[in-house]
Amino acid sequence: MADTMQTTTKSTTSVGTGQAEGNLLSRFFRATEIDTRMLGMIGALLIIWIGFHILTGGLFLTPRNLWNLSVQTASVAVMATGMVLVIVTRNIDLSVGSILGFTGMIMGVLQARLLPEMLGFNHPAIWLITLCAGLVIGGLIGTLHGAIIAFLSVPSFIVTLGGLLVWRGATWFVTSGQTVAPMDANFRLMGGGTEGSIGATWSWIVGILACLAIVAAIINARHQRKRFHFPRRPVWAEYVLVALGCAIVLGAVWIANQYYWPINIARRYAEANNIAWPEGGLFISQGIAVPVLMAIAVGIVMTFIATRLRFGRYVFAIGGNPEAAELAGIKTRWVTVKIFALMGVLCAIAAAISTARLNAATNAQGELDELYTIAAAVIGGTSLAGGMGSIAGAMLGALVMQSLQSGMVLLGIDTPFQRIVVGMVLVVAVWLDTVYRARAK
Amino acid sequence: MTEPTNPLVEMKNISISFGGIHAVENASVDLFPGEVVALLGHNGAGKSTLIKILSGAYKRDAGDILINGEQADIRNPRDAKKFGIETIYQTLAVADNVDAAANLYLGRELQTKWGTLDDVAMEANTREVMGRLNPNFKRFKEPVKALSGGQRQSVAIARAILFDARILIMDEPTAALGPQETAQVGDLIKQLKREGIGIFLISHDIHDVFDLADRVFVMKNGKVVGHARTEDVTKDEVLGMIILGKVPPGATPGPGAMKVA
Repeated sequence: MADTMQTTTKSTTSVGTGQAEGNLLSRFFRATEIDTRMLGMIGALLIIWIGFHILTGGLFLTPRNLWNLSVQTASVAVMATGMVLVIVTRNIDLSVGSILGFTGMIMGVLQARLLPEMLGFNHPAIWLITLCAGLVIGGLIGTLHGAIIAFLSVPSFIVTLGGLLVWRGATWFVTSGQTVAPMDANFRLMGGGTEGSIGATWSWIVGILACLAIVAAIINARHQRKRFHFPRRPVWAEYVLVALGCAIVLGAVWIANQYYWPINIARRYAEANNIAWPEGGLFISQGIAVPVLMAIAVGIVMTFIATRLRFGRYVFAIGGNPEAAELAGIKTRWVTVKIFALMGVLCAIAAAISTARLNAATNAQGELDELYTIAAAVIGGTSLAGGMGSIAGAMLGALVMQSLQSGMVLLGIDTPFQRIVVGMVLVVAVWLDTVYRARAK
Repeated sequence: MTEPTNPLVEMKNISISFGGIHAVENASVDLFPGEVVALLGHNGAGKSTLIKILSGAYKRDAGDILINGEQADIRNPRDAKKFGIETIYQTLAVADNVDAAANLYLGRELQTKWGTLDDVAMEANTREVMGRLNPNFKRFKEPVKALSGGQRQSVAIARAILFDARILIMDEPTAALGPQETAQVGDLIKQLKREGIGIFLISHDIHDVFDLADRVFVMKNGKVVGHARTEDVTKDEVLGMIILGKVPPGATPGPGAMKVA
């Protein structure tokens, strides 16, 4: 299969299932080297979106809902990027929800109780100290798990199953089960909301920078291939890719900017800043939410790690053939420790997003998140047999899961039935993927 | 017999046991530059185990390894590679899910000045090496599992020679190959030999290696039965060594030789 490693701009992964030679569509896919599997996922996502849009009578595909969807996806999407690496190396991490709960609780106590006493309420350094502490603790927990798995040879399933119980219990002990609230004002920005969004102007700036990055990446890839006389895409295909990438980015920014501040908040803002309240109301764009930016940044960094660094290469090699990787001189145990440490750090980032969004750290934070995270990675094409997976796919998988849930909430479906649907979708999605992979061979 | 130089590799009195079973017992083998030495024996005779000690996959319980006459401390595959020892394993130890270039450079990836993988340069070198080795090889972008046995074997061999190996270990190099590919590997071995590389060939099938080898070592039940120059013995005599442990007059007996009254 061509999607073993992500289809980076540089790799000439030959796409397609090797059928229909002269077919215009297949020629298009071959020339642009678009991953058809990824395309299938995007297609499924669109079907889900349009389906819910019709069923809810036009409530789903609104800027407001899509914006909320993006914020709700962020936390699981962040963890799913790490879960890909874990599963690719034939491991599993069942403890991510509990690590999220524990680091979230620690961060909650730090910013709401300990640090304000020392530095003063809403001190500008509180959020940073809190976040760093959370990342360090998450990393340490992950390192501990990884070390037990790698050096004591306890299966990851068991170690993280233990971790699931241990860290959930530890979460309770931090405050004896009390919920900690409210969070620091600056920290709360990581949760999105009206304050935690970057507004129209900055959103456009981010969008334009992203477009420039797409153009630069494609030009660079072309230049590299030329240097070593590798086959290149036809020029029209490059233009199509640039146009497609930029259209998606700018479209997303436009939608985020179409979602305006709620009228009461806008009115208060106008009063506070002495802006006369206009006739038709004041429309202030939310723009891209901070947690979404964080998730995208995490996705980019993780993709870079997985495809451009030795570490990522080793992760995939270990997943493909652990013995060969060991014989090639890779320190496989250390790679395992690093993967789990990374997973712990990502859990802490997700914890920051979710506690900031809830404006509280609770005892039950992140419960069942391990299952959503694993499901997102698997729906996103990560093979539980190891060796296969992509970061972008997992993030898309998280979006699919969240879309299903949001859509069902909009439809007023009860929680138990939501779970039934999500569970069945997971099984069907993996079955479809198995069929696709079997055909692609 | 006068030996021209120091042996490239000398493994002296090597022993290793797994859970009380002596897989290799007091075995000594040596290899000179530009020489092909075949290590023969039945399945389970200990030849693969012995050679995995040299390549760093196993740690010996006792004995010495000398490279160019000097003590070599080989504890893991990385140490072995530092001494220029490259191994092509029977199981074709390649990572199935990544492409040829990634496999060739596995563990020794080229990096750009930014510390990122230099995929383009690795692929360029891979194309060059594979072009020399197997000009028909064109599937550079596909995961190795999409390749045929021979193609996978050429990837494994390319990996070994890419890094200027001085000592090459080939464990059943032709077991998975068709006749034409086997001939190719034979040509390759002769070419490498001319470049002064010492080669260990491991096989349970004498016909695979007898014509390529300068000397044979025969192992049985974890012990070295004896060794001989291929010009001094016949195939049948070597077969006798493998099956019965009977050492012919042209060969030098080892600790595992059948005690003849």
